[in-house]
Amino acid sequence: MKRKLVMVGNGMAGVRCIEEILKLDREAFEMTIFGSEPHPNYNRILLSTVLQGNTSIEEITLNSWEWYEQNGIRLFAGETVTEIDSEQRLVHTDRGRTVEYDELILATGSNPFILPIPGADLPGVTAFRDIKDCERMIEYAKTYKKAAVIGGGLLGLEAARGLLNLGMEVDVIHIFDYLMERQLDPTASKLLQRELEKQGMNFLLCKETAELFGNGRVEGVRFKDGTEIAADLVVMAVGIRPNVDLARKSGIAVNRGIVVNDYLETSVPHIYAVGECAEHRGVVYGLVAPLYEQGKVLAEAICGRKGRPYEGSVVSTQLKVSGVDVFSAGEFMDGEGTESIKLYDEARGIYKKVVVREGNIVGAVLFGDTSEGRKLFDMIHRGDSLESLSLSLFAPISTEGKGSLVAAMADNDVVCGCNGVTKGAICQAIAEHGLKTVAEVRDCTNASRSCGGCKGLVAELLEYMLGAEASRYATKETVCSCTDLSRDEVIKAIKEKRLTTVKEVMYVLEWKNEEGCSKCRPALNYYLGMLYPGEYNEEVESLFVNERLHANIQADGTYSVVPRMYGGVTTVEQLRKIADVAEKYNVPMIKLTGGQRIDLLGVKKEDLPRVWAELGMPSGYAYAKALRTVKTCVGKQFCRFGTQDSTGLGIRMEQTFERLKTPHKVKMAVSACPRNCAESGIKDVGIVGVEGGWEIYVGGNGGTHLRAADLLCTVKTEEEVIEMTGAFLQYYRESAHYLERTSKWVERVGLEHIREVLFDVEMRRGLLERLHQALAATKDPWREIAESEELRQTLFRDMAEKEPVPAE
Amino acid sequence: MAKVEIGRIDQLPKRLGKCVRIGALELALFRTGEDRVYAVENRCPHKGGDLSQGIVSGEFVFCPLHDWKVCLKDGQVQAPDEGCVKTYRVTVEDGHLYVEL
Ligand SMILES: Cc1cc2nc3c(=O)[nH]c(=O)nc-3n(C[C@H](O)[C@H](O)[C@H](O)COP(=O)(O)OP(=O)(O)OC[C@H]3O[C@@H](n4cnc5c(N)ncnc54)[C@H](O)[C@@H]3O)c2cc1C
Ligand code: SF4
Ligand code: FES
Repeated sequence: MKRKLVMVGNGMAGVRCIEEILKLDREAFEMTIFGSEPHPNYNRILLSTVLQGNTSIEEITLNSWEWYEQNGIRLFAGETVTEIDSEQRLVHTDRGRTVEYDELILATGSNPFILPIPGADLPGVTAFRDIKDCERMIEYAKTYKKAAVIGGGLLGLEAARGLLNLGMEVDVIHIFDYLMERQLDPTASKLLQRELEKQGMNFLLCKETAELFGNGRVEGVRFKDGTEIAADLVVMAVGIRPNVDLARKSGIAVNRGIVVNDYLETSVPHIYAVGECAEHRGVVYGLVAPLYEQGKVLAEAICGRKGRPYEGSVVSTQLKVSGVDVFSAGEFMDGEGTESIKLYDEARGIYKKVVVREGNIVGAVLFGDTSEGRKLFDMIHRGDSLESLSLSLFAPISTEGKGSLVAAMADNDVVCGCNGVTKGAICQAIAEHGLKTVAEVRDCTNASRSCGGCKGLVAELLEYMLGAEASRYATKETVCSCTDLSRDEVIKAIKEKRLTTVKEVMYVLEWKNEEGCSKCRPALNYYLGMLYPGEYNEEVESLFVNERLHANIQADGTYSVVPRMYGGVTTVEQLRKIADVAEKYNVPMIKLTGGQRIDLLGVKKEDLPRVWAELGMPSGYAYAKALRTVKTCVGKQFCRFGTQDSTGLGIRMEQTFERLKTPHKVKMAVSACPRNCAESGIKDVGIVGVEGGWEIYVGGNGGTHLRAADLLCTVKTEEEVIEMTGAFLQYYRESAHYLERTSKWVERVGLEHIREVLFDVEMRRGLLERLHQALAATKDPWREIAESEELRQTLFRDMAEKEPVPAE
Repeated sequence: MAKVEIGRIDQLPKRLGKCVRIGALELALFRTGEDRVYAVENRCPHKGGDLSQGIVSGEFVFCPLHDWKVCLKDGQVQAPDEGCVKTYRVTVEDGHLYVEL
């Protein structure tokens, strides 16, 4: 049965979280959403643009009624949840409805703060928060002329601009001596004020409102200093308060907002909070970018895929008033321990400031030209050093084509801050889906779906992409040139359509080359074997010769034979056997390999089956995309530094994972102390014994792309080493591209991600289960061949020799 | 021109090459997925790779040493590499294979 998910609040953060849940697992929940407002989810941010006359209310709907329906979500709009019974897991509403939940998300947003002054309840006084407020202002503007906005912050200024557009005269009242003091420094603020005055706003700074007066409806504002102004409409935009009444009443811990941890859990089990109503590490956020990040984390957690925790956000601000470009982020005020770089071009009304602390960029304010805002934001986010700051930021505005800006952005620079969409993601989407308009980009990637501040950039990107650049992004990594599908798409199709042979895959997925090539054939062979362990019969004609003949082809067409020697340990009998066989088959060279084995070089193809039969040892897989060797050091038994039995563990690991096929060759090593005589630091899996435990290193490589391994974790027992290694190998088997070494794979998917997967007990168990299935299905190929006349005939025997033809 | 009998078609599995030695001459013999039989000189023009052990796809073989792609019909190495191997005509009569030298 599906779990029941109830959401209180139908706003921007809450519904985004629902969208994320649907993306992860459509089937997990039966969902119910309550919203006090009578509308489906709309874009609150764009209310200012509605007021400014650029957008209609209909246009700002984010999710239509049909959307709820199509996704099977029950929506009770215009209905308020009044009580939560966390014992019985029920919510009650003002319409007398009771609904059960298994998981409950509070996304109640916030309430505008109404100054507790006389007259605040008079008709004609409004907040600026929802559609209703917006409609009220539009209505008022039809009859009245004079408006006063209390609050010179972001919201107040956007409201003021809107009222001007609606044809009203506007006074903006602010208690401080400069505007937007929470986002701007005095210099930027003064420039802003000058610009807005030019647009027709009138400012009353350092004014504290004492009361609103009027007969029947508001007629004016009186200040503490005794002065007053006339006003037919008063908009209060002095701040917001997290809406926590319901939570508090229900016994959930509340501070300024509803207190949540890094996974958005409240103090009561099965109840979460997300959005403006939530307080995380003492911070309540009032912008959508952090709220969307929260929604993503919560969605993963609630779907049982707890990933990265939410650790707070750096925020940036952009004012949505036409003709005024303002941007600020991070620590933007000069203060102790900070230095700043500034450009102040009073004549052109341009101001740029980058704040630096201990050599790192920590904040910025831009006025007049905010084009590099997103880029700076990323730098602040990453804590880049001052050196990485391009001084072109401070050069006079370039007169060349605008295209240069988007072209100069890096693929992982964020274009849409609200939704965290990068340039790379947008370009990829444009190229892959042939997008042609900003609206299409919005629908496909979410970029510009919220505040819309990045619309210009998106448009530029589109223009730039529709040019020659498209192809660079379109080239996604396909399996090979026989198909346009990527590895992941192919695997998905194999699973969904249950394709079972190489031929079937090529046929159903419309391979351009009917029989594939030397790249895709071995890859498909591997993927099918990985997906259907024990069921899939490897197709010999799709294997590279080494794996088909189970020996290494050498430059002269002969083969090399490496019998298995677990952990590099051998015996007198084995040595004698090897010597005898080498003698009998005239092996021209006997050599020790880098992996501590004995290599018989120069064996003729036809002799291979007999050599194996006479050796009577298992294949060392020196040719395979599989576990090769586990190199070991001497260890505790003999070495005076050894802390652990490295040889014993090496043997055990080799015996456990013997014959396991992997996307590329896998080498392992075990050393018994950090002197690392087995070179564990450059192996796919390297184990280092330390006092009381083992360190597990992964992703090392000693080959062409030399790479030191990363420490995955430290464990206490051999059992844990085997378990972690097994889970690591299986995850590599399941998610790497064929022929991708662990070193590349670890870099591509990220060590953190690998840790998240392997440290999740449930996921690890699943991986190990599948690993054991794969291992159970293996057989020693040498023996198999030595025992089968048919295999010897098809694979090893040439046609009979013929007499030379007499010359005619 | 000489015509030499080299064996029976049923000794030749599909898409798995075999080597045939005729005196000093070494040929790689293939039976494609579409059941056509080809013989080419068994020396890759690159560094002499054993073509008979390559992966066969359609009418091409990929050399097992460095993956050059060689056409079985005309012996041409495919771009970006360059070169060519000698090809020989093979006929099947009554299940017996004959190569024309
Ligand atoms: C005019 C304006 C401009 C803005 N501009 C920007 C901007 O440019 N950039 C930016 O990032 N952010 C901006 N914001 C802020 C942004 O809109 C909010 O941060 C965001 O909407 C908060 O989302 P939320 O889901 O937490 O709350 P909301 O979107 O407010 O949703 C909460 C919902 O819960 C409902 N609710 C509350 N209690 C109950 C209950 N008991 N039962 C049922 N339903 C209930 C409420 O009716 C409300 O609809 C702006 C906000 C406004 C008002
Ligand atoms: S790694 Fe340490 S324990 Fe192992 S052989 Fe070297 S010095 Fe001795
Ligand atoms: S020898 Fe054939 S590709 Fe190099």
